[in-house]
Amino acid sequence: MPGKMNVMVGEKSPGMIAGRIIVYTLSILAAVYFLIPFFVMVMTSVKTLEDIKSGNLISWPREFTLDAWIKAWDSACTGINCEGVKGYFFNSILMVVPSVAISTIIGAVNGYVFSKWRFKGSEVLFTFLLLGCFIPFQIILLPMSGMLGWLKISQTIFGLALVHIIYGLSFTSLFFRNYYVAIPDEIIKAAKIDGAGFFRIFWKCILPVSAPIFMVVIIWQTTQIWNDFLFGVAFSGSESQPVTVALNNIVNTTTGVKEYNVDMAAALIAGLPTLLVYIISGKYFLRGLTAGAVKG
Amino acid sequence: MASLTITDIRKKFGSQEVLKGISLSINASEFVVLVGPSGCGKSTLLNLIAGLETINSGEIKIGDDVVNDVQPKDRNIAMVFQSYALYPNMNVEKNLSFGLETRKVPRDEIKKTVDHVANMLQISELLKRKPAELSGGQRQRVAMGRALARDPAIFLFDEPLSNLDAKLRVDMRTEIKMLHQRIKTTIVYVTHDQIEAMTLADRIAIMKDGVIQQFDTPQQVYDNPSNLFVAGFIGSPSMNFIPCTVIKQNEDTGVIFKTGEETSFFIPIKRTDLSLTEWIDKDVIIGVRPEQIASGFHLQEGNKQIHEIMCTVQVLEPTGPDTLVFVNINDTKVTCRVNPLDAKQPGENMKLMVDISKVLVFDPDTKMRIGNVA
Amino acid sequence: MGKETSKANDKKLRNIKFRNRLGNLIPKIMIAPTFTVSLVCVYGFILWTIWISFTSSKILPKYDFVGFEQYNILFTQEPRWWVASLNLFIFSGLFIAICIALGLTLAIFIDQRLRGEGVFRTIYLYPMALSFIVTGTAWRWIMNPSLGLERLVQQLGFSDFTFRLLVESNVAIYAVVIAAVWQSTGFMFALFIAGLRGIDNSIIKAAQIDGASLKKIYLRIIIPSLRPVFLSAVIILLHLSIKCFDLVMALTSGGPGYSTDMPATFMYAFAFNRGRLAFGAASAVIMFITVMAIIIPYLYTELKGTRNAR
Repeated sequence: MPGKMNVMVGEKSPGMIAGRIIVYTLSILAAVYFLIPFFVMVMTSVKTLEDIKSGNLISWPREFTLDAWIKAWDSACTGINCEGVKGYFFNSILMVVPSVAISTIIGAVNGYVFSKWRFKGSEVLFTFLLLGCFIPFQIILLPMSGMLGWLKISQTIFGLALVHIIYGLSFTSLFFRNYYVAIPDEIIKAAKIDGAGFFRIFWKCILPVSAPIFMVVIIWQTTQIWNDFLFGVAFSGSESQPVTVALNNIVNTTTGVKEYNVDMAAALIAGLPTLLVYIISGKYFLRGLTAGAVKG
Repeated sequence: MASLTITDIRKKFGSQEVLKGISLSINASEFVVLVGPSGCGKSTLLNLIAGLETINSGEIKIGDDVVNDVQPKDRNIAMVFQSYALYPNMNVEKNLSFGLETRKVPRDEIKKTVDHVANMLQISELLKRKPAELSGGQRQRVAMGRALARDPAIFLFDEPLSNLDAKLRVDMRTEIKMLHQRIKTTIVYVTHDQIEAMTLADRIAIMKDGVIQQFDTPQQVYDNPSNLFVAGFIGSPSMNFIPCTVIKQNEDTGVIFKTGEETSFFIPIKRTDLSLTEWIDKDVIIGVRPEQIASGFHLQEGNKQIHEIMCTVQVLEPTGPDTLVFVNINDTKVTCRVNPLDAKQPGENMKLMVDISKVLVFDPDTKMRIGNVA
Repeated sequence: MGKETSKANDKKLRNIKFRNRLGNLIPKIMIAPTFTVSLVCVYGFILWTIWISFTSSKILPKYDFVGFEQYNILFTQEPRWWVASLNLFIFSGLFIAICIALGLTLAIFIDQRLRGEGVFRTIYLYPMALSFIVTGTAWRWIMNPSLGLERLVQQLGFSDFTFRLLVESNVAIYAVVIAAVWQSTGFMFALFIAGLRGIDNSIIKAAQIDGASLKKIYLRIIIPSLRPVFLSAVIILLHLSIKCFDLVMALTSGGPGYSTDMPATFMYAFAFNRGRLAFGAASAVIMFITVMAIIIPYLYTELKGTRNAR
């Protein structure tokens, strides 16, 4: 990437150097600002309650302890249950894995149709589907809870996963369609002439070049669904809560002493999976964010 | 190889009719080039022949079979695309064999065919490479190889050379021609480049606005274009079109070339194949190719068809073997192809010879050529 | 041609036609499930909610018709709705302005080819990977009125410092803004840096040759050419604001009192906690209309743009 400021970098006048020092300083300050809350969370989570009450947000722990983590995982109270977040953490996994897998696969096929097998009205259909990306979900909460009840799956992980699949489809279809549009139509024509049909072209020509977009979509869906709170709180029961809802319950539990270290440990546990995904594959995360951004 | 018969096909995209009743009859092992400006419908026509799009009306026959409703894969055709359309995830060998595999050709036979084709196109050493690792020329060969491997009844080429640089394009042009001479498969070839059309084709179909303007051999198209569009489209530099009024002077019918305020010349047009007596006092357009206005002609002495005019040179464009001289005739810019040694400087007067034997006359209203269309 | 062969040909032709029709159907069959689900669970549900908002449903749906009564209550008799609307107005205004200003500034900094660009990027953007619930929990602790920021600054020597955003109902909404800005600035940064990197370098070179200063190049050439990015940024942030639910729940639970209520939490509270279905539905419909009024014109121009580009 050739820099814009080639000329500027070239001439190293004192003013230029001072300017760069200022820019570096401010950028580093910004980084510190973004890191501090995380730092505070980690610090608080490894302190004892006494330590918290006598120290301050960023003071180093006098005594390093993982008790808060263990309690958050195993025995913190979410409302009346005192079993920590572990069960809810696994609820989240049980909810995320199938809903990501299914919404991604269906989205890939939809994107393939919308980009490479257009038919009369397919563009209209696509626009029609696109609206689902933008609605405030409050508008569908009530009837959806009615439908889940009617299907006898309300307050189940399965029902929650189903909701995530349904409202994830618009996004996954959009992502795949925008990616596949860039694949030349001529390749599809060549494959048709070579005797391949809908499925063989998808399998042999499209899927092998789809790895990047699968990464983007899987990461996007994973973070979206893992981090969701609205559907979780609206549609889950006390046994089927995802970890975000459990975390909120721990924090809002008013009985007993307020254990900030446990709150922070629970928050970190709830945040770590998506944070790990981000650190491992930030490139795809960023691409999903900006791709999703251009259209919503 | 098979013949291809297209009868009155029409194609609409929405409300816009892009092909307005195309009929073509292409013989087995003939090399036909469809040429025209972009948007003339030539690529659509090729896609219809391939079966990649469906026709609204008309009939397409490959050999004796009507293929209107036949899927592309069952039409026994192969196609080479402008972007080559190689499968990026497969290596060259897989690209060549994909079409055979989908047709469930036995494995050892596939291997034999791939080797044979790779040999023929000299891409044997590239078989394990992915398309991204190939140069433009190599990709072009693989794309042709993929088509060849199938041994189809008809080859379709969709602007296959337009992504190559100028030098490579000329080389590949020759190779395609040699290939055709060797395998003798029917070829339909789409291009917007009239030089490609002239050099490759047995017959050229010139298209404009969804209509075939002329379908004939390259020489016929060049010498006897059926209308103004074809005359202007084929040939480089383009034919000069000089607006004139036909007059009668001393028993001769002809036109006036006015080359300056004070200078004008009567050019009698008298040919066995062309009579303008019905056009006296009417406007016509005279079509003269640049090489028909020159500084001198072989066998010029006593040739009644060659007339001398005096013009003022406006601009010179040397091309090497010839120099193009731009002059004004009847307030129209006219290109003349002259011997570099004879070219005068801009502003100077220059004597030019007009060869009438091949001059064409067009009706300005219908844009059609006047005279006995051969 | 004999009769037999012509019959055989007819059969072959019919076979081909059948297969063609089947082949043409496959793409439609493949998207039919998605289409159906979208039709029911997006469009059908929206209509249902609109319908319910015109009834007097309480805990259970009741299909009577009371006209605009719920809307009337919402706008004339429910002060909490006005608090929520005003909060949304304050929140979105500040949230959008600060996020864009900070994000653009950081993008311009990083665009100066800083060393360690990747590290800066990673740090600026990581809050986006967190759930709003996690962010809310963290900031709730940081802004804790006795043990949080206030204590920290006091211990640094400023003993008069007070920081009580979370417990003062007239300013608590600013606490939500702070946490939301922290989470979303990195996103804006990413958008703007992508925009900056997309600008044609030759334009900037031309400006340099014309003798423009760095400041002038940014103010007069680069930032104006980011106009579409600004538009996207505003739309995205506005959309996030209207949907803002989890952050409020985790940070303030809407309190103190209902001072940090937003339409999203308002709807949830009335429809789910208080069992006033029709009333909640009416507020959801207002939210929906607001979002559509923003999104549809935006989408229209976006889609038109891409279609022209093709």
